[in-house]
Amino acid sequence: MAFITANWNPLGEAFYRSTELYEMCWNLRDGLRDCLVAAAPYGGPIALLREPVRRSPSSRPQLEIYSASGVAIASFPWKSGPVVQLGWTVSDELLCIQEDGSVLIYDLFGSFKRHFSMGQEVMQSQVLEAKVFHSPYGTGVAIVTASSRFTLATNIDDLKLRRLPEVPGNTWSAGEPTCWVVLTQDRQTKVLMSNGPELYILDTTSCTAVVPPGLGPQAGSIVHMSVSFSYKYLALFTDTGHMWTGSSHLCRRPKSQQPSVVLMWDRLLMVAGVSHDTIQFPLEDPCVLIGELDGVRIISSANQELLQEVPLVCQEIFKIASMAPGALLLEAHREYQKSSQKADEYLREIKEQSMLGEAVRQCVEAAGHEYDSNTQKSLLRAASFGKCFLTDFSPEAFVSTCRELRVLNAVRERGVGLPLTHTQLVYRQFYPLAIEVCRYLKIPDYQGVSRVLKHWASCKVQQKDLSDEAIARAVCVKVGDSPGVSYSHIAAKAYECGRPELAIKLLDFEARSGEQVPLLLKMKRSQLALSKAVESGDTDLVYTVVTYLKSEMNRGDFFMTLRNQPVALSLYRQFCKLQEQETLKDLYNQDDDHQELANYYVTASYREKRLESRLSLLQTAVDEYNKAKNEFSAKATEEEMRLLRFQRKLDDEKGAGLLGLSLQATMEALLALGLHKQAEQLYRDFRVPDKRFWWLKLKSLAEKEEWEELEKFSKSKKSPIGYLAFVEVCMKSNNKPEAKKYVSKVTPEQRVKAHLAVGDLEGAADAAIERKSDSELAAVLARCPASDRQLLDRLNRAAAAAAKK
Amino acid sequence: MAAHLSYGRVNLNILREAARKELREFLDKCAGSKAIVWDEYLTGPFGLIAQYSLLKEHEVEKMFTLKSGRLPSADVKNIIFFVRPRLELMDIIAENVFRSDKMHSPRDFHILFVPRRSMLCEQRLKEQGVLASFINIDEYILDLIPYDGDLLSMEYESAFRECYLENDQTSLYHTAKGLMTLQALYGTIPQIYGKGECARHVANMMLRMKREFAGSQNQILPVFDTLLLLDRNVDLLTPLATQLTYEGLIDEIYGITNGYVKLPPEKFAQKKQGEASKDLPTEPKKLQLNSAEELYAEIRDKNFNAVGAALSKKAKIISAAFEERHNAKTVGEIKQFVSQLPHMQAARSSLANHTSIAELIKDITTSEAFFDNLTVEQEFMTGVDTDKVNTYIEDCVAQKDPLIKILRLVSMQSVCNNGLKQKVLDYYKREILQTYGYEHILTLNNLEKAGLLKLQSSSRNNYPTIRKTLKLWMEDANEQNPNDISYVYSGYAPLSVRLTQVLARPGWRSIEEVLKMLPGPHFEERQQLPAGLHKKRQQGENRTTLVFFLGGVSYAEIAALRFLSQMEDSGMEYIIATTKLLNVPPARTPAHIKDSMHPSEDRQLLFV
Repeated sequence: MAFITANWNPLGEAFYRSTELYEMCWNLRDGLRDCLVAAAPYGGPIALLREPVRRSPSSRPQLEIYSASGVAIASFPWKSGPVVQLGWTVSDELLCIQEDGSVLIYDLFGSFKRHFSMGQEVMQSQVLEAKVFHSPYGTGVAIVTASSRFTLATNIDDLKLRRLPEVPGNTWSAGEPTCWVVLTQDRQTKVLMSNGPELYILDTTSCTAVVPPGLGPQAGSIVHMSVSFSYKYLALFTDTGHMWTGSSHLCRRPKSQQPSVVLMWDRLLMVAGVSHDTIQFPLEDPCVLIGELDGVRIISSANQELLQEVPLVCQEIFKIASMAPGALLLEAHREYQKSSQKADEYLREIKEQSMLGEAVRQCVEAAGHEYDSNTQKSLLRAASFGKCFLTDFSPEAFVSTCRELRVLNAVRERGVGLPLTHTQLVYRQFYPLAIEVCRYLKIPDYQGVSRVLKHWASCKVQQKDLSDEAIARAVCVKVGDSPGVSYSHIAAKAYECGRPELAIKLLDFEARSGEQVPLLLKMKRSQLALSKAVESGDTDLVYTVVTYLKSEMNRGDFFMTLRNQPVALSLYRQFCKLQEQETLKDLYNQDDDHQELANYYVTASYREKRLESRLSLLQTAVDEYNKAKNEFSAKATEEEMRLLRFQRKLDDEKGAGLLGLSLQATMEALLALGLHKQAEQLYRDFRVPDKRFWWLKLKSLAEKEEWEELEKFSKSKKSPIGYLAFVEVCMKSNNKPEAKKYVSKVTPEQRVKAHLAVGDLEGAADAAIERKSDSELAAVLARCPASDRQLLDRLNRAAAAAAKK
Repeated sequence: MAAHLSYGRVNLNILREAARKELREFLDKCAGSKAIVWDEYLTGPFGLIAQYSLLKEHEVEKMFTLKSGRLPSADVKNIIFFVRPRLELMDIIAENVFRSDKMHSPRDFHILFVPRRSMLCEQRLKEQGVLASFINIDEYILDLIPYDGDLLSMEYESAFRECYLENDQTSLYHTAKGLMTLQALYGTIPQIYGKGECARHVANMMLRMKREFAGSQNQILPVFDTLLLLDRNVDLLTPLATQLTYEGLIDEIYGITNGYVKLPPEKFAQKKQGEASKDLPTEPKKLQLNSAEELYAEIRDKNFNAVGAALSKKAKIISAAFEERHNAKTVGEIKQFVSQLPHMQAARSSLANHTSIAELIKDITTSEAFFDNLTVEQEFMTGVDTDKVNTYIEDCVAQKDPLIKILRLVSMQSVCNNGLKQKVLDYYKREILQTYGYEHILTLNNLEKAGLLKLQSSSRNNYPTIRKTLKLWMEDANEQNPNDISYVYSGYAPLSVRLTQVLARPGWRSIEEVLKMLPGPHFEERQQLPAGLHKKRQQGENRTTLVFFLGGVSYAEIAALRFLSQMEDSGMEYIIATTKLLNVPPARTPAHIKDSMHPSEDRQLLFV
């Protein structure tokens, strides 16, 4: 305990320590020399490819996968093409990037999953270098080809290749960048590259030359660069031995923050910061450095260490002669264990500064940062001891730290090998432990246990030695209806491993019918997919299946299938209405839907320019309406055909421009043209109601101011629309004398109105008084000017009389 | 800006904020400057969620309307298409992308589907060879849009058509999804009632979706006690009748779209003296109508005949308030008066606006034509002479009144008579075809399919029974101080709202017979709440019901429900949701009727 600071090295105001994590279990004959090595972040597994550059075509390099503690997980000979780079995804899949630009993906246990290519043009020019990087979008891959073009894929699970622009004014004849890194900032992924002393930032659209502030040209060419785990900080190293550090936005950081960079030479490791100090560690063996969130893992053939800045709270407690409250509390507890009264003195001292809460907090926090379980224990005991003297201290932090440390310690056991989060635990197939961890950490079911179960089930279906029945049962029993476990996901896995029957059994457990559809389609169970899609109510899904069926089946079968699914059928009809009119006809034909067929022909007739084709389509419509026993429509259509022929005839003869007008509009046009005879003919032929025709003629004559004609017309027979209409229409044309002619013909009921319409107050008053109607009297009164006393009196008297009655 | 959304019983601002947040997140996904290409239909609904300023904050520099051809040039890094998932729009997008200037600095294309992405559309883009050009294809789940403090609408224009004519239940799927979102924010609704085929379908989907998400229990204390789903075709009568509330009439005459109305400018011109005569504005005056405006909130739901009195009362109050300045003697008093000035001035300009609108409306409501039309409507609703050809309708056809008016009247007669006799029906149909054109044979066919027009079957007319049982006609409707919902149509109580009222008290069991006469099943479902979320009701605390109209709701119906909420002894508050706020297009511009290529459009005129 006393020597806890023994491995601390000061650098400026900070301390750095290197803690041994493991003595590696592996037994590497040749160390890490001539190996491609990749270790996953967050204490993840390590992949090794020996001699990636083959000496002869016959020699096969070996690909090995180890846990972080060096326990062998998988090993197999590499049969594919030459590998440029290895890397791990965030979900611990191994990416092997080959010279030809293809990327092979293996799972943690060395079984091949899938592959993709970084683009056609890469095939020709070959990958020069590649990098695997992590961003909020997932795991990405960046490559640079021998022709110095960069290609990026930000997320390999949603592959979109982006070719970055060329560096302008290709000054570098060597044709390749000296060094480069991938940066993720402002939601964008960029490449920072150097060519000699020049620096460029490449994003999807542009290439910008940049100069880091304070790095003059005399510093020389940039030969190495590195970006921090968080993409916040950047370090550049030049061939003259200068190093530049700063933010990755290429501006200097404020001095207060301590940047530090780890540099490695063959036999030397150096930590360098802003101050001129450095810490140097000699190396015996070739090592690999893995950047982590809070430090650097150093892996050599013999052991693995974590080099990190000593967290501030640990510094405060353990720094020699520290008087921080946490340090005092630790000391107090130590004295207390020795049953020494000094414990009280220390405690008193903390309490006098009323810093006991702070002291407990420091101890708890520091325990979390310590790797050695004995140190953790003593810190936590001290915290617990201090807590006794506090009345209202929330125990939450203490309890959760204890829980988390127990879990972390459990997984750091050599046999498990270091994973830090429960997800990583699951991926390594320690299911029971993972479930226990989830329950212990009180992670909500749908985030914790369910995910473990899902992963377990996905592996279970791959077990070849068990029958479909047995697996389905086992999965169902274990998973039950745990929230968040998708049976369709498990079924998809089963199908991937070539077990369609099992997949269907599993799909039956899926509650969300929408989820079942894509897999069912993939498995060519299209009928089932269709009924599931309909069940889900999601019409887009139904459309998707229908489109699929259409391309897979012959027309007859397709129509039959739809017939059994009315919902799908009407959706398809909708689709056809907008997209495939012809198919629509076939659908109606199949269903003997004559009414709709007729409507279809009617619609179609309006698309025809030529009258003959229009008429023939309408004739077909008539036939269909008849078949549908829709007498009215059949007749109306025949009338329309007659009207069209009539219009055509007149258009030809008189150039009347009638074609396409309604019957009413046609008559209107004819009257306007003075073709009264033809209008009359239509009126008789089409049995137009008298009322409508009278209105039409009345208005037309008034409009043309043919007042004599109008008078003749009014006398031709008794008007079916009465004579008030005549009065009003004349008034609308501002012809009072004409209007007055008709007033006397108006029925008594409407006479007051007629008199008022022509502005004859006296007449209106007479009529109203005669009829003794108070409402009519009131109407006249309202129009009567106050000056006409005599009329007013008459009306008022009559109104009074009417009211008495 | 959206404060009026939070005044009501249920704070609908939560929904709006959730929608805004999602929009911001999407915009931030596309780094750099942006141009948005709009599916024109979406701009209205989006306006209720976010103003241009929000878009601007997220580097949206240009906005275009989606149309075929080449995109207008814009010096931006991202082009984002905001579209509904429709195939015809995909073709336009594909053309836009193809013809975009390749030489120009490369731009990133994105698509945001509203309200849901569609595999069908993506497939189409793939066929057109442009799918790979899109960096982001995302969906913006905008189902229910908060319109007012107690009103949600999906603004799904064709819901009625799709459901009742084409058997396409896409809108119902969106409805169910929207209700799930609503429940995620406001808690599980324990009781669901419904009437109609579509209502049944939506409820089934909701229950299914709930099962699918079993396990993730919703831990929010339920805000709504009851959900009532109503099919529009259960009550076809109400939207056919002329609305007589203030807001209803504004809509009948000028049409309210996405909370805005465009009015003839003349009445609003002479605001400032002196420059009045110089130039009369020719642009229609655009006004936003919602309860954020104090005066409008007060009068919108009144019968129009009561609006005049309310306006003059308000005028007195305002001028009295301005008179106060003479009483202000001390510096403190003057200061206080001045501090109230902005509010008073806003009130005064609001009063001036509504006085102008009321005058405009009055010119029409006092006209003979309006009165005659109303008389016929009321005759139909009270069952007078519904079985023979109506002379007024005949006259209107002869006068070539707008087709929409004729269709409304004829449909109304058919609905009130439980169908028309063959002779009567054929007569009307002939009249319409001869006058408005043969192409309307398809319009009529659609009306028949939707049940708005039908042939009387042998069974007896049960409309009178329904009318009597549900008290759909109230002889002595009090327009000034209403005591019953019938005031919104000056006598006719909207059937849909009566059903809602009866459900609350005494319950639907009392009207089983009538429910059976109306189309579609009626049902009740319960959704289990997790223990501990059962509400402990305070004495006298009102219950809250969400009434969802599938296929549209009219402003008068909304007014009637608001009236029920305010009735002291009702014990129930209503929040209204709908697929679309029905609006009647201005009767004076029947331009689109001519378009014979889309004959079914006319149906839409009835239930847009």
